Amino acid sequence: MKDVKCECGHVNPHGTVLCEACGKILVEEENEKQLLDMRYEGSARRSQIYQKTVVDKVWNFFSSVKVGVWLIIITLIASILGTILPQKMYINLPPEVYYEKEYGWFGKLYYQLGFHDLYGSWWYLLLIAMIGISLVICSLDRVVPLYKALKAQRVTRHEGFLKRQRVFGASHNVDQRDIETVKQHLIQKHYKVREENGDLLAEKGRFSRWGPYVNHVGLIIFLFGAMLRFIPGMYVNENLWVREGETALVPETGEKFYVHNNKFILEHYDKEKNKTFEKALDRAGNVVKNYQSNVVLYQRSGEKIPGEKPKLEKVKEYKIRVNHPLEFEGYSIYQSSFRSEMDSMTFALINKKTEKSFGELTINLRTPKEKYDLGNGYSVKILNYFPDFEFAENGEPSTKSRVPNNPAFIFRMTAPDKPKGETSFVAIRQTIEPFGNNTYKMAFKRIGTTNVSGFTVRKDSSIWVIIFGGILFMIGVIQGAYWNHRRIWVQNKNGDVWIAAHTNKNWYGLKREIEKVLEDTKLKMPEDQLQREQKDKEGV
Amino acid sequence: MKKRRLIMRSIILAVLVAAVAYTLYANFMKDHAQKVSVGKQAPDFVLTDMQGNKHRLSDYKGQGVFLNFWGTWCPPCKKEMPYINNQYHQFKDQGVQVLSVDIQESELAVNQFIERYKLDFPVMIDTNKEVMTAYGIDQLPATFLIDKDGKVVKYTTGEMTENMVRQYMEKIKP
Repeated sequence: MKDVKCECGHVNPHGTVLCEACGKILVEEENEKQLLDMRYEGSARRSQIYQKTVVDKVWNFFSSVKVGVWLIIITLIASILGTILPQKMYINLPPEVYYEKEYGWFGKLYYQLGFHDLYGSWWYLLLIAMIGISLVICSLDRVVPLYKALKAQRVTRHEGFLKRQRVFGASHNVDQRDIETVKQHLIQKHYKVREENGDLLAEKGRFSRWGPYVNHVGLIIFLFGAMLRFIPGMYVNENLWVREGETALVPETGEKFYVHNNKFILEHYDKEKNKTFEKALDRAGNVVKNYQSNVVLYQRSGEKIPGEKPKLEKVKEYKIRVNHPLEFEGYSIYQSSFRSEMDSMTFALINKKTEKSFGELTINLRTPKEKYDLGNGYSVKILNYFPDFEFAENGEPSTKSRVPNNPAFIFRMTAPDKPKGETSFVAIRQTIEPFGNNTYKMAFKRIGTTNVSGFTVRKDSSIWVIIFGGILFMIGVIQGAYWNHRRIWVQNKNGDVWIAAHTNKNWYGLKREIEKVLEDTKLKMPEDQLQREQKDKEGV
Repeated sequence: MKKRRLIMRSIILAVLVAAVAYTLYANFMKDHAQKVSVGKQAPDFVLTDMQGNKHRLSDYKGQGVFLNFWGTWCPPCKKEMPYINNQYHQFKDQGVQVLSVDIQESELAVNQFIERYKLDFPVMIDTNKEVMTAYGIDQLPATFLIDKDGKVVKYTTGEMTENMVRQYMEKIKP
């Protein structure tokens, strides 16, 4: 593996196609082509040359754009598969049951293949990671030789190089003053003009060649930002439900912050108050104007072990509304939902015949009392409480859960004329008198509800990295898309003046520019050899 | 020159592989985080029982602790409670303490349950699910066996037979 010394004296790395300095063709096959492949300036992409250690082999694998494109295609297909059925975070049954029940054998297969959590699966992450690696290595492997080649280029180029440029032409009997005019025109067109022995190299927009690499750096930073989210404490996205009047621990804050919900407020647009939207409101019905939770943020002081009551210090009061989150130490608490919960039931103790009431009692469904004294010798005792009532298999009343979804009670009602009391089983729309005909009855009056605010607790320390990556990505796109790297060579060869030109895109623009540059001179406009070639083939 | 290139490549690949490996590991741990595992110190907690006595786990150092999480509504809990109560009487003088934690229910429901099943060991209510969260429990009943040094010896969920309860208590007898 030796470096290649060109006849111009420049030493090129092994594998170079075109001498970095003078552009002479160093590879035999290339000599037979009419036009040069100017990608990466004919520089040696090292990965294609060395194949020795395992490290080199891995490097070469990822250095291939073909491999990169395949990785992207595979990732796209996988991403599509994940959208066929709902992912596991959007279903409300255990996944092992849900998919088969809803979608039959296909659902079962989908679950068995692990597609129910596709975007969090190790192989999906691995695919994304491999795209990232491919991006880094592909870029490095190309940008370094390209940079070196562009830096090493000399003004005077080899004949073979000039002749095989797409835009090329020769003029005879040229007046040296014309060359001076061309030079001035080029400078007016903001070209950087270098001169060597009467030869010219005019170049502009070289930085546009770095666009794709800036773009890739942006992508890598973007991916790095996404990776940061896996570091504990960098990214929090949790739900938090807090009842009115209760204090709850804010999750993922290291058990440091508590939030107390004073009140949840739901406001609608009132067409009586403001007639402007009367018609729209008639059509749309109730339209919510505001979801709001009035909260107090507390910070714990001192140590605490689970189960212990924390010592809390008030930090601030805040009215959380949609798009107006409570913010503290990088955390934001958003108003995201609410629900109304059955909270209490009110009964009246009445005489079944006369319907005379002996007083009312309100039972808090989460903290019921054992005995309610109604005065004048009337009292009610709860013998049994079933917050989520059902009849068990053996026929006994029991509760399904601790949540008061369907409360039922066994009451003992005591009255002056019934000192031993009467027993009654009361559930919603149901009363059973297990020991025969009672005199008294617990008449259902009403239920009380309480509001529960649903919050989203968010913290995203990675967002600035991701935004920075995104901005860099766009800068790279703009840099590469809106500028062209143009070079024009004006050189004396064998007494003639040769003009050759190269651009990385927009050949039409380049040719127009050359026309302008050659105005007022006798120099011949160079030809587009690619177009001529095509014309020849078509026989025009 | 060639050597330097190999070193550069190795370093770049190593950094990339490390980043990928960490991401995969963190993603795996997110799903499989077991808060309390066997052999580790059991997290300390403090709860008040139905008689108003405070129980702090670390105060029971030197004794084995049979820590049971339950609910009045859960059928297997109803079945195993009498067994635990029986074995409690057998083992309480041998240095085994039973701490029984109800998850977020009303005092009324818990008191009625105690009365119905005539439970003698301390029963406490985890009102804010703090202890439950600290122990990372998602299924009831759940039982942790804690030895005299405060280390978790065994974690088990699901219904226990009286025989199992006895074996477990035997296991943590100091």
